[in-house]
Amino acid sequence: MVEHGDIRVVHRGGIARYCRFLCERGIFCCCRFLLCGSGYEVKVFSTSTEECIHDLRAHTDLVTGVLLRPSNHLQAYSCSTDGTVRLWDYTDGILIKTYVIGYPIYSIYTSANHSGVLFVVTPTSDKRSEFQLVAVHLPQSGDQLVEAREFSAVLSDVSSNPAATSFGRGGEYIASAKGLQLEVYFFKKQKFFLKEDNKKGGKNTFTCLACHPKDDCIATGHEDGKIRLWRNFNHKKEYTYTTLHWHHSAVSSLCFTPEGTNLLSGGIESVLVQWRYNQESQRDFLPRLGAAITHIAVSPDGALFCTSHSDNKITIIRSSIQVSAVIQGLVKGDSVRTDLMVDPRSKALVLNGKPGHLQFYSLQRDKLLYNLDIVQQEYIHQSGLEQFEVVKAAFDAYGNWLATVEERKQKPTELELNLKLWAFDEQTQSFMLNTTISAPHEARITAMCFCHSTDSQTTVLVSVSKDGHFKAWQLAPATHTEGPSWSCDFVGAYHSLVPECCCFSADGSLLAVSFQEVVTVWSPASWELLTTLSQPPGAIRNLCFGQLTCSKYLLGTTDKNLLCCWNLLTCSLEWSTSMDVSLLLSDPFSENMAAFCCQAGCTDLFVFKPSEPRPLFSHKAVCLGKVTRAVFAPREKMLESCEETSQWLNHSQLYFVTQYMVNTQHNEATWHYSREALKNMGLCIRIFTDTFLVYKSVYRLRWLMS
Amino acid sequence: MASFKPTKIPIYPKLGEKVTQDTVYWKNYKAPVQIKEFGAVTNIHFSPVAPHNYAVTAFTRIHIYGPFSQEPVKSFTRFKDTAYCGRYRSDGQLLVAGCEDSVVRLFDVSGKVALRMFKGHTKAVHVTDFTSERYHIFTGSDDYTCRLWDIPNATELNTYQEHTDYIRCGVTSKLNRDLFITGSYDHTLKLFDARVDKSVITMDHGQPVESVLLYPSEGLVVSAGGRYVKVWDLLKGGQPLVSLKNHHKTVTSLCLSSNGQRLLSASLDRHVKVYNTTNFRVVHNFDYAASVLSLALAPDDESIIVGMTNGVLSIKHRKSPEESKEVSHQQRRRPSYRVFVKGKNYMPKQDDYLVSKPVREYLTKYDKHLKKFNISKALDSALKPEVTVAVIKELDRRGTLKNALAGRDEKALSELLHFITKNMVDFRFAPVLVPAANMILDIYRSVIGQSPVVDRQLLYLQDLLQKEINYQQELLDVLGMLDTLFASSVPRKELLYLISVKKHFGAGFKRQTKTHDLTLVF
Repeated sequence: MVEHGDIRVVHRGGIARYCRFLCERGIFCCCRFLLCGSGYEVKVFSTSTEECIHDLRAHTDLVTGVLLRPSNHLQAYSCSTDGTVRLWDYTDGILIKTYVIGYPIYSIYTSANHSGVLFVVTPTSDKRSEFQLVAVHLPQSGDQLVEAREFSAVLSDVSSNPAATSFGRGGEYIASAKGLQLEVYFFKKQKFFLKEDNKKGGKNTFTCLACHPKDDCIATGHEDGKIRLWRNFNHKKEYTYTTLHWHHSAVSSLCFTPEGTNLLSGGIESVLVQWRYNQESQRDFLPRLGAAITHIAVSPDGALFCTSHSDNKITIIRSSIQVSAVIQGLVKGDSVRTDLMVDPRSKALVLNGKPGHLQFYSLQRDKLLYNLDIVQQEYIHQSGLEQFEVVKAAFDAYGNWLATVEERKQKPTELELNLKLWAFDEQTQSFMLNTTISAPHEARITAMCFCHSTDSQTTVLVSVSKDGHFKAWQLAPATHTEGPSWSCDFVGAYHSLVPECCCFSADGSLLAVSFQEVVTVWSPASWELLTTLSQPPGAIRNLCFGQLTCSKYLLGTTDKNLLCCWNLLTCSLEWSTSMDVSLLLSDPFSENMAAFCCQAGCTDLFVFKPSEPRPLFSHKAVCLGKVTRAVFAPREKMLESCEETSQWLNHSQLYFVTQYMVNTQHNEATWHYSREALKNMGLCIRIFTDTFLVYKSVYRLRWLMS
Repeated sequence: MASFKPTKIPIYPKLGEKVTQDTVYWKNYKAPVQIKEFGAVTNIHFSPVAPHNYAVTAFTRIHIYGPFSQEPVKSFTRFKDTAYCGRYRSDGQLLVAGCEDSVVRLFDVSGKVALRMFKGHTKAVHVTDFTSERYHIFTGSDDYTCRLWDIPNATELNTYQEHTDYIRCGVTSKLNRDLFITGSYDHTLKLFDARVDKSVITMDHGQPVESVLLYPSEGLVVSAGGRYVKVWDLLKGGQPLVSLKNHHKTVTSLCLSSNGQRLLSASLDRHVKVYNTTNFRVVHNFDYAASVLSLALAPDDESIIVGMTNGVLSIKHRKSPEESKEVSHQQRRRPSYRVFVKGKNYMPKQDDYLVSKPVREYLTKYDKHLKKFNISKALDSALKPEVTVAVIKELDRRGTLKNALAGRDEKALSELLHFITKNMVDFRFAPVLVPAANMILDIYRSVIGQSPVVDRQLLYLQDLLQKEINYQQELLDVLGMLDTLFASSVPRKELLYLISVKKHFGAGFKRQTKTHDLTLVF
């Protein structure tokens, strides 16, 4: 995966890493702890402080379920697709026992009525796509590692979704739903079928299921947003059901409170609905939880509820339907459409987060700092509704100004664009909206950058659009009625060609704008066209000025596999090389530049100085797929590495995203020097396992979506 | 958790004039009082002494009005023909007026019959004034002469025959008993000194001079003639200082504000313009219904009096301080102070734990409806155009605009159409309202012809769009002309300027295309 060198790729994603698929079973005990499967580990959070207390690490594959041991509430089972069930003391973070099942486990159930038996969902041996529910008799043994070999099949052809199976009242029966069929298995009698009829052609597929703890009642959630309460199913064929309907799309999770007085349901609307049992017309709502609810759990005493959300977040809710805590990892948005950026003040990584928001994620503390609401509109979830999306953002040199572009394309001809300028407010330590410019351009904005010079009096923002113009925006001084605001200073065009990217030189004295095959160089002081550079064929894809001592160089990549370096003093081509560069960026803290080249499904990384065409560092196949965004983030402490290949990481770290993940190119020099130390070996393993983790989880996402 | 985010009302650029100190000052007048005179009002003159009555010369009469009366307190009617230029003496006791019959008459303001008649001119006398020592009268006539008369003896003191055309304006110095200035249709202004027999300074205005005004310091003189207002420096021997061309018809009257900081000019183009006398920029503009012939400001700018060609005298009084603050008084009565301090003056003891009250956020009515997804009600409860447009935009974003517009009865629909016809051509709202209008036409197509009210509004809408399209076409024509002009005259480098010109017309382009869409439906 990663070669044995100093530099390796580390996958990062925050504390509750890709919690979307991983905390499928968040559980509580004593109102104090929240257990949640996250990647290869089980995380124990404090419900009051939101802090992670323990990482329970032993599984070698994805953790798929976590469950309290019914006979001892200080112990918990966890299951994983590595084919083991592990028993933990989660208050101290100690592994007690490991049961080897031998098959990948997708979910786990247990009941106080069945001591010594675990019910697990495993794939049937012949087909991987079919699953069965198996009772596993746990052998009584004092060993740490126990092999369980006593299986008995309970139900065949069940759903692998953990929410689709549940134990009924006192463990007397187990109910499981798949497709259009609900099965109830009574342990004392034989099994018994309930079948949903599909006469009206509605989308009434089962999505989830919950059994009442004190009553013979099964609640099922459906694809069309209805909830059905099934009763009388122990008499043959005389079952009845009542229907509850509030959700407008699929119900993703259902849960009864421990006493059975309330039923909780959630779905993509991100509203938690509490239904009174037997008084279903009375409902309580907790709206605007931020993202679609994927799972609901209730603490054993019923005092706390917990919902996990599709944006990598767990919300802890009091039984009075009030939010008490939020555990948030790196917000998982739909896609990263803005560039990766580093806030010059907080050194936080900034990218798209929740819909219409920018997230500020601290890389040092690995924690979400805050979400900045850019669009400032009520988010309405409705399929087919076009939302405003933040597509571009830029910081100025000191982090005093933030520019954002949001767009919404309702019809192919109509594009709504807003350019917003945010000023940093010292008092609130956040960005405040200063100017909104609606329709700054007539077509999509393709690039935007601030003048990064440190000594200039006024700040200039340049936006480049597909409408053939680039515009310079300048801060107009305050008038007596209102404070300073931004206005257009200059509109530029070149032979009615379409501009693609723009870049300011390090001292802010030059602006380069690429118009298809031509690079135009302008003087921001007088807005004069100074010179044009071109190296046909091929339109310019990236444009970058050299930094520090190499500031006389301008680098550009074309879509005809060419990387060019122009010398601006002589206005001539210094060197060029044939490379299919998909992304080129410069390190603002050194002269180095990084180029990502996409070749045969893999991306190669090259680091070089503009003054010499020989790469300082190259790394074949850094990752699979295309690298879409990247950024150099400054290090907190400068490293003093003297090795030539790792010197480029002394000042900064390189972060990049491919389709689904955020990676960092780390210089793990400490590991190299003290390889024999066991502790650091652990570190090394973590790096490797994390890598696997994200790949697997991406795979899992696709599987869930299909 | 996150609360409901209220609808953002975008701040639109303010159209029209900017609010400055001047507009605030000059707008602070009440609605005008209109008095119909017998003929065109040619002159208005304020009495220099309290209570500052003013003499209005119109046709064969001079009416004296009190500061707040709408009926004349006195009338002088003993004129054989059209009277001109009724002016008060500086003590407010005597009034002099010229006449079409060449006789100058002197009245006592309390009497009716002329005290003195000055005969000697051979043609109509358009200018009369008292000199500053109060015993002489200066007159100017259409017989090209101006004369000085002695009041006690009713004799002519001097005659000046220097002008070569009608003398239609003139003013005497308030500081020097011997100086007076005349303006004539021979395009000149002449400064005369009674101690010598000829003019001292001659200034060429370039157009027939209609009005002349001396500054209180008498260092500067302002003349109006043709479309120009010119300022001359007398201390530099009549050197021209400024030439202003802000009217598009002949300027007829000039006037200074009470503090001397603002100059007012009235013109046949029905405007009165206010200039700043330091930089001579127009700071405010009044519109009137007919061509303005005469203009006067009461002391302390208490009222603006304007006489027009149709014989209407328009009087605007300044709002009293209470009236100008009236707007704020009309607001709903707030709860008393006691309500707000209730419980606030409790001093917490040392061990008390303070529980802060949660700040309640108040939503506006339309936001409350939006929160509950009551879309039609939300649309109906938005009142101001900016708010309504913002709500329509929000509904459009939610994809529920069609539902909100549908299902309305005649009254509700006609209200909606009224709003749309009123605001659609406003380019700030057009991008939102044009699709909404299209949607209304789609929804209510089947019921067209059932309600005369709605049909009338739809026809009006069509008419409006046709007008707008014609307007846009004209604009495009102008743009095309500009393009050719620029293309032929400018060197290559200044092409960028062309782009910025286009940018200004950019809004026009967009409207054009969108209005075309709508017409297809009709």
